[in-house]
Amino acid sequence: MDSLTFGAINIVVMAVVMWNIPLQFIPLMIWLERKGAAIIQDRIGPLRANIFGIRLFGLLHTIADAIKLLFKEDIIPNHVHRLYYVMAPFWSMTVALVPLMLIPIASPLQIGAHLFRFQVADYSSGLVLLFAITGLGVYGTFFAGWASNNKYSLLGSLRSSAQMISYELGMGLAIVAVLMAYQEISVSSIVEKQSGMMKLFHWVVPLPNWGIFLNPVAFVVFLVSAFAETNRTPFDLVEGESEIVAGYHTEYSSMKFALFFMAEYAHMVVASIVMATLFLGGYQIPYVTTEQLRHNSHYALCAILIIIALLCLIAGIIVYKRAKAYGMSFAEKLGKKEYFVISYLLFAAALMSIFLVPLVVQMRFAALPSQIIVAALQMMALFGKAMIFLWLYVHVRWTLPRFRYDQLMNLGWKILFPVSLLNIAITGIVISFT
Amino acid sequence: MVKIVRRPHLAGMRKLYVVEILGGLLTTLAHVLRNLFFPEKLPTVFYPENRKAIPAAYRGRHRLMKREDGSPRCTACMLCATSCPAFCIHIQAGEADDPFKEKYPVDFTIDLLRCVFCGLCVEACPLDAIRMDVPLVSFAGYRREDVILTKEILLQHENADYAHAPGYNPHRPLSVTHGVHYINFLKNIK
Repeated sequence: MDSLTFGAINIVVMAVVMWNIPLQFIPLMIWLERKGAAIIQDRIGPLRANIFGIRLFGLLHTIADAIKLLFKEDIIPNHVHRLYYVMAPFWSMTVALVPLMLIPIASPLQIGAHLFRFQVADYSSGLVLLFAITGLGVYGTFFAGWASNNKYSLLGSLRSSAQMISYELGMGLAIVAVLMAYQEISVSSIVEKQSGMMKLFHWVVPLPNWGIFLNPVAFVVFLVSAFAETNRTPFDLVEGESEIVAGYHTEYSSMKFALFFMAEYAHMVVASIVMATLFLGGYQIPYVTTEQLRHNSHYALCAILIIIALLCLIAGIIVYKRAKAYGMSFAEKLGKKEYFVISYLLFAAALMSIFLVPLVVQMRFAALPSQIIVAALQMMALFGKAMIFLWLYVHVRWTLPRFRYDQLMNLGWKILFPVSLLNIAITGIVISFT
Repeated sequence: MVKIVRRPHLAGMRKLYVVEILGGLLTTLAHVLRNLFFPEKLPTVFYPENRKAIPAAYRGRHRLMKREDGSPRCTACMLCATSCPAFCIHIQAGEADDPFKEKYPVDFTIDLLRCVFCGLCVEACPLDAIRMDVPLVSFAGYRREDVILTKEILLQHENADYAHAPGYNPHRPLSVTHGVHYINFLKNIK
């Protein structure tokens, strides 16, 4: 196989994978949002949708919602601009999915003479392209508001464009400081730079060489701007239902509305993965480099097993506690035992993984399997880091109230903008002395 | 007199929002951890299958009380219908055969669609013939007729039902007229 064919196969495979990652995260995120809201407000959350009594902790509600929205009438009002009206949801969704194509999710595999990259496009100025694509997201909202021919939609989309443009400024300047620290602009090089220990003025600091430690101010500015860019609380003035009905998607129904809804969550997933890549070291495991991991891949497999065991144990405890507390008096048919069975299965999985650990420690792997194991561990690391941000999105949404419009603009222009400018200057001074 | 409420002055760290936001996140995080690992502390009841006990002093749907022979206590004096602010009680009086009773209700209809559940009919009744203590939470219907209570529906309950449940309000008279007890109750408060 020549390198061109291999590269083409690589790109196609990774494009399908990267396209599906946010799409698979969306139902999970909707579930997490509902359950997170419930649990923060001392409620139980959705639990009633079931198939033959099996409820799966309310996960089936997402499927029920999707079926409902698919079969609803797709209304196009007479007073809209048809082209923009139809285009807007597709635009939002596409722009939300594309930036992930530039993110590496694990270090490349060496298969024979070829290099299999876990990245669709290893573009040399990838970070700039990433922000260029993200910047197009505002058009989806604006097309929707303009095409709806409705004053509330227009107000919502005007707010959204003003907000997204203002915060893009702070975001861009935060990124400038990060780029100065890494002295790289390709996303894969930025991730590779973040392996190993942090060095400051020739001293080794006992911290991983991550963006969040190199440049904490840029991280905070980027985090706040990312919340504003994805139009999430406390910056969700775009759909402030108390003021402007539902904002830009007032006139939308059925699957077009669902596309906007999904685009919001896809934006969140992408923003979380980008933040994990730029500031939490991407797929890097703290304190160890990829080379060290590949030479000790049996330990990497042990780490995977132990992580699985811990996650299963915690999930099992949570499910078992619920099975006990709810008494399952509401369940019928298979649902009576469902929670107990699932918790026992989780405990069994945790035990199995723990028992496998001593066996795995004695194993030695060849070059390719060890690379695959390390890639799996790195993917777990990246998505684990992304999950932290995804939970933060949910957690902040159900904690903070919405900002007023003037507060929003003050924060963007009078705090984040000068802070990131100052940060660039300080970063420059520090770099010139190292 | 005009009282001027000044806006709180935000200064220093509070103006940066960061500390306040972290404090808020910690508060909600405490709820998350408690509810995640101790779900038995949640107050939620799985409603249609499990129900909370209804307190005996609950003001619910109306019912008509009976005499020992099973006929309604009501003498169709119209005090309840007169006191009703929503005009939801419709009584048609008929002449009674009993020499000690002048009238009896031929028809006694309560239109729950109009009722505001104020309880004035219960307080107006001199014979304790009408009470509002049926322990039903949901009595919605699909048709109008489902929520218009006729005399038969109002008389379905036995007198002893609901009265002596634990937590029963002692100030609410059982067999004597309502008015006297209510006045005594007011005196006791003073």
